[in-house]
Amino acid sequence: MSDIWYQFKKNKIALFGLFMTTAFIIAAIVAPLLAPYDPYKMSGAESLAGPSMAHWLGTDQFGRDIWSRIIYGTRISLKVGIISVGISLVVGTLIGVVAAYYGKWVDSVLSRLTDVMFSFPDILLALVIMAILGPSLTNLMIAIGIVYTPIFARIARGAVLTIKNALFIEAAKSMGISNVKIMWKHILPNSLAPLIVQVTLSLAFAILAEAALSFLGLGASPDTPSWGIMLSEGKNWMEQAWWIAVFPGIAITLAVFSFNVMGDGLRDALDPKLKNESS
Amino acid sequence: MSEYIMEVNDLKTHFHTKTGVVKAVDGVNFKVKKGEILGIVGESGCGKSVTSQSIMRLVGSKSSEHVSGEVRYHGEDLLLKTEREMEKIRGKDISMVFQDPMTSLNPAYNVGTQIAEMPEIHEKKPKKAAWKRAVEMLTKVGIPSSEKRAHQYPHQYSGGMRQRGVIAMSLACDPDLIIADEPTTALDVTIQAQVLDLLRKLRDDTGTAIMMITHDLGVVAELCDRVAVMYAGKIVEEGTIEDIFDRPKHPYTKGLLNSVPRPGRRERLQPIEGQPPNLQNLPQGCRFQDRCPFVMDKCLAQQPELLPAESEQHTVACWLEEEGQPDGDRGTRKNRQPEEAL
Repeated sequence: MSDIWYQFKKNKIALFGLFMTTAFIIAAIVAPLLAPYDPYKMSGAESLAGPSMAHWLGTDQFGRDIWSRIIYGTRISLKVGIISVGISLVVGTLIGVVAAYYGKWVDSVLSRLTDVMFSFPDILLALVIMAILGPSLTNLMIAIGIVYTPIFARIARGAVLTIKNALFIEAAKSMGISNVKIMWKHILPNSLAPLIVQVTLSLAFAILAEAALSFLGLGASPDTPSWGIMLSEGKNWMEQAWWIAVFPGIAITLAVFSFNVMGDGLRDALDPKLKNESS
Repeated sequence: MSEYIMEVNDLKTHFHTKTGVVKAVDGVNFKVKKGEILGIVGESGCGKSVTSQSIMRLVGSKSSEHVSGEVRYHGEDLLLKTEREMEKIRGKDISMVFQDPMTSLNPAYNVGTQIAEMPEIHEKKPKKAAWKRAVEMLTKVGIPSSEKRAHQYPHQYSGGMRQRGVIAMSLACDPDLIIADEPTTALDVTIQAQVLDLLRKLRDDTGTAIMMITHDLGVVAELCDRVAVMYAGKIVEEGTIEDIFDRPKHPYTKGLLNSVPRPGRRERLQPIEGQPPNLQNLPQGCRFQDRCPFVMDKCLAQQPELLPAESEQHTVACWLEEEGQPDGDRGTRKNRQPEEAL
């Protein structure tokens, strides 16, 4: 563990990613303390006001405070990210581990299924699922979760295949440990590293997907302070009030960037080859 | 109850591959007495490991793997057990020690946890008691400050210590039989001696029988009570350690003994010429025919059975037994000049 931290620490950009990610998580938790206004409160008198001391990042067409909405938007983005990635992590890992461990026809069937899902472009597949389920934040999370499931299935399958033939697995078998126990207790913990990396990278994709689908009007209801919805509404007012669209855009960029560099740093730190070089 | 805890009768393990049937184990018979150390020797690829895996039912689950015969453990045929029943036997009644201690422990858990898993699963012990047992076992196999060491991970152990850890794991549930598949091959010589001492001591203390699979005659001489010599999927000679080392009957056993240096003998080593037969395409008759210096017409036509020679326990599968030993009667040999007889 200290090895991994040592490697991770050396990568300054990754450290920045970790710092920003932590900041986003804290912002989401203590949103009411950081936001000076109610994100839903409209005020006709203050509509389309530019950035000022009263409204740091200005207000939108209904006079809602952009800064407050962005802070509350963190909650939605993280919620969507964590839940949808959680869905794909659990389902994908289950599929991948079962496919790799049992092999033969089980593997063929499950792998072809994930291949089929892989062949659709991400957003298109999400759109189709949303069209079937109907627009709502919950359905959005389910859709994104389904879209990213095959990635996890593939990574888990690959990791398990390399571990499966290790002698300690045969040893575990010779000690009378059941298949299910071997899978979850002995194989999975040894295949976690690539999955952890994928989780951080997928969080970024999920936030982006949420923004994109919300932008298209398929996410939460339009008054929800979601970054994607804010961006989508802001585009109508670009000429009069650039801040409505620009600041949520910066928030999305920053969040995605942070998760990405953190994931990259984590991948490098967990790579055993790099570890050997340094020691 | 008979004195034998395990009787293997006509065990055959065949692998059906695209290019033909590989007869890795082809009619093996042997018995293991309670508390004895039985050595199974033979060169690489003669079916030693497959025999042990067949007994443990670690092969045979795929459609290409055919295991037949009988493996009677306390009278019950293990080959007829369900997978569920086997899981209860593995690790509890019969456990295994593998060749490579570097990779036979799970790198994700500390050693204590892995050992404690055995009593947890097989004896349904609570976590704390299982952990205590694990520490006890580590002490028993001679790991110093075992309480502390139990918390360490396999990569913090040296090779010899890991093998001790594996042995501790295999012992954790007081098995009747430990199958040790070349447990000392990957260790250096001083550690080898320690591990062999440890195995013998554990046998003396606990009365566990050990089936020692090895290609190292030194290990056999050091440790075993009885020896079975395997060649190309069959046992060719079986007897007590004195029978095999002092009065070898089978030309292959003799060849093996001649190809190992012995202190005090200043002769040139005599390797066995040639290669073992292809297990996919076994010759008719005796499997050692191509390499045997005493090969006869009968050897080419018919396979010899494993029959008693001299005493009931010393059995040999060689036509020379019927025809008389080559030392006395050299007229029977054909085709080839014999090596200098023993």
